[in-house]
Amino acid sequence: MSADVTKADQTPGDRVPDDRTGGVQGSAQHGPPVGGNPTSSGGLAGFLGGPLGRNAGLVVALVLLIIVGIITAGDRFASPENALTILRLGSVIGVVSVGMTFVISGGGIDLSVGAIVALSSVWATTVATQTLAADFHWIVMVFAALLVGGACGLINGVLIAYGRIAPFIATLAMLAAARGLAEIIAKRRTQIIRDRDFITFFGGSVLGIPVLVILFAVVAVVGWVLLNRTTFGRRTLAIGGNPEAARLAGIRVQRQTMYLYILLGIACGIAAVMIMARTTTGTSTHGTLYELDAIAAVVIGGTLLSGGRGTIVGTVLGVLIFTTLTNVFTLNNLDTSTQAVAKGAIIVAAVLLQQRVSRTRSG
Amino acid sequence: MTNVVKRFPGVVALGGVDLDVQPGEVHCLLGQNGAGKSTLIKVLAGVHEPNEGTIEWAGEPVTLHHPQAAMDLGVATMYQELDLVEGLTVAENIFLGHEPTRFGFSQRTAARREAAALLARLGHPEISPSVEVGTLSAASCQIVSMARALSRDARLIIMDEPSAVLDAGEVDQLFRVIREVTDHGVAVVYISHRLEEIREIGDRVTVLKDGKTVATGLDAKTTPTQELIRLMTGRSIEYVFPPKAEIADAKPVLRVEGLSRVGEFSSVSFDVRPGEVVGLAGLVGSGRSEIVETIFGARKATTGTVTVDGRAVRPGSVPAAVSAGIGLCPEERKSQALVLGASLAANISLASLTRFSRAGVLDRDGENTSAEELLESLDVRPRGIHRESRTLSGGNQQKVVLARWLLRGCRVLLLDEPTRGVDVGARSEIYALIRRLTDEGVAVVVVSSEIPEVLGLSNRVLVLADRTVRHEGPADELDEHAVLDIILKGDAA
Repeated sequence: MSADVTKADQTPGDRVPDDRTGGVQGSAQHGPPVGGNPTSSGGLAGFLGGPLGRNAGLVVALVLLIIVGIITAGDRFASPENALTILRLGSVIGVVSVGMTFVISGGGIDLSVGAIVALSSVWATTVATQTLAADFHWIVMVFAALLVGGACGLINGVLIAYGRIAPFIATLAMLAAARGLAEIIAKRRTQIIRDRDFITFFGGSVLGIPVLVILFAVVAVVGWVLLNRTTFGRRTLAIGGNPEAARLAGIRVQRQTMYLYILLGIACGIAAVMIMARTTTGTSTHGTLYELDAIAAVVIGGTLLSGGRGTIVGTVLGVLIFTTLTNVFTLNNLDTSTQAVAKGAIIVAAVLLQQRVSRTRSG
Repeated sequence: MTNVVKRFPGVVALGGVDLDVQPGEVHCLLGQNGAGKSTLIKVLAGVHEPNEGTIEWAGEPVTLHHPQAAMDLGVATMYQELDLVEGLTVAENIFLGHEPTRFGFSQRTAARREAAALLARLGHPEISPSVEVGTLSAASCQIVSMARALSRDARLIIMDEPSAVLDAGEVDQLFRVIREVTDHGVAVVYISHRLEEIREIGDRVTVLKDGKTVATGLDAKTTPTQELIRLMTGRSIEYVFPPKAEIADAKPVLRVEGLSRVGEFSSVSFDVRPGEVVGLAGLVGSGRSEIVETIFGARKATTGTVTVDGRAVRPGSVPAAVSAGIGLCPEERKSQALVLGASLAANISLASLTRFSRAGVLDRDGENTSAEELLESLDVRPRGIHRESRTLSGGNQQKVVLARWLLRGCRVLLLDEPTRGVDVGARSEIYALIRRLTDEGVAVVVVSSEIPEVLGLSNRVLVLADRTVRHEGPADELDEHAVLDIILKGDAA
């Protein structure tokens, strides 16, 4: 039978007796009235429907990982230094994932983020850029990275919004082209950053917290406000949820779509600056497979891959889960292949859990 | 031969429903939205399992765990939201799930031949079995859906509002097919909001209200309309159109001049004064929806102009139309109007976001307060601004779409099928709301397939046929027959 019917099969109507007690209004075809109403709390469904509950599964997963880490690696894991290491490792992909949350909530996808990070890092570390930076200020390198990232995003956005190319295809093309261009510019060589001030600034710490982590935190907070508290965020969710309805409500869907890719491109530029600081290099191999890591973090975070619902908090938790996992594996000297298997399992488990939660929330 | 009995009290959606369907009869289900009709048919189709009660098929109790189990028994269902796969051909859709095969390979030629035979039997030999369903009109899709039901040698066919997307001629065609299958002993469960259809095709009627059977086995031909409506609503009114307002001789708010779109409609001109309702009557495919969507800028006019308060609106731009003060409640509520996964508040404020923002940051309290007030004043049920819009019934969803434009404050409101899929009670509320808007000086354009509705609501009516305006005149001077006459004869009255 059709998808229509399969979906109807999942409506909570036939499960009603075990999920809810009393207060029975509405009907099976309309789903339970609990869905997402913060005032109607109480009971498991109410808890899971609340803003905290939406991320409860992720928090549980993270706590479990931490427990595993403590058991297997003891103090080497449970130290402030290691906590900062995890955060620092997660900050680069974290910034990309926050940007990715916007594109996915808006009903799109971007496969080119890793390539954009590479191209931005290369462009910002060419001899020409570095000479200019030496004459003027290292901020030139930062602007170069942001500009290149934003420009790539603009190209993606224009192709998708106005050229009506499927996001998957347009960004797949960008993935190939941007990394290729990065290789051409860098001649496949690693470009060393000579500006010590740049390294000291981004590699340093403020009040004991690495600047990279602060940057990630700032991006996450700005992203949260932008998605949840602004017209920009509301429009994003509207075009992701139902582009036709958004269009007929007077929203400029194409323009908004384009903005989302530019935003993500700039996030990639920021990530490029961060990875440049961490490795003191710019190279065309930076950001390899970032697209998969970012999409995985966003999706296990609870953002709908079909658009219309997005959560920055979930994305941040998703990033932390993957980074902590890597850390635990590294501390236990386990190889990356095992790690990849565990990652795959986590993605599946997390998505299964999300589905259960969203099913109790709405039909 | 068959005797389907089912009852299962004690559940949320259906609290005790009895229904028995005899072979060869057309059994109509009546009830307001949310009365449980859709749930009931899903139970019959094996999508939902009843928590209590029994289903008997030909005297034997059966349990339907799965849609396939129902199909194996001979129950075929035509859902309201058509469940065809757009990318597949007509023949592939008809035989989806039971393709003729030999040694595991599908028999495409055989499938096409049988599909063609079925379509011919349905009176639509012009639908080619090898075209993709996505390219067909809504009416043709309905026929394909019907052919699919027949292809399974169904003994009971359930039709959920099959006529909603059909025009008068196509409905007649549908009825002919229904009569043909019932003559062969097939039973039909027919759901419709249109009483006149039930009169014409139905044998017996079961009325549902709040998930319960309030009457069953009524004679479809003789039970008085008043009685049926009283059973459905607890009230005894059919269409209650509010009295029409006197239109002052003011300058028109909306003026449409020579509007054309190649292949869709040509040289449409009319104007609407403040407080006036202008209706567009015509059959499905006459260009009604295309006209209002073009006025709204959702389609770009080939020629012609739209002016609001004397100022021209930039063609082909929805934002321009919205800022000129035009609002549109589109034909397809779910796909064109609502963000179903978003809250009611977010749906209501969607066209007025800038009003609730300061430097781009949303004033959520202000947004929620306004939404709350509107839901209250429109009596949207169940209340609750954080509720997802998908959880509401059709009538309440329509009110939410109207609330969007009330909040925005429109000079011109375009209503495309404002009461499609809306039950009788909510209908009269929507009519009253339209009247309230016109009292405030809003100019309204109404499109509806139901001619009595266009006539009852409008001050003036434009009758469309062959993609152009055939007649324009006061609604009082027309009745349903006159409108149909104009449409069918194709000459100006």
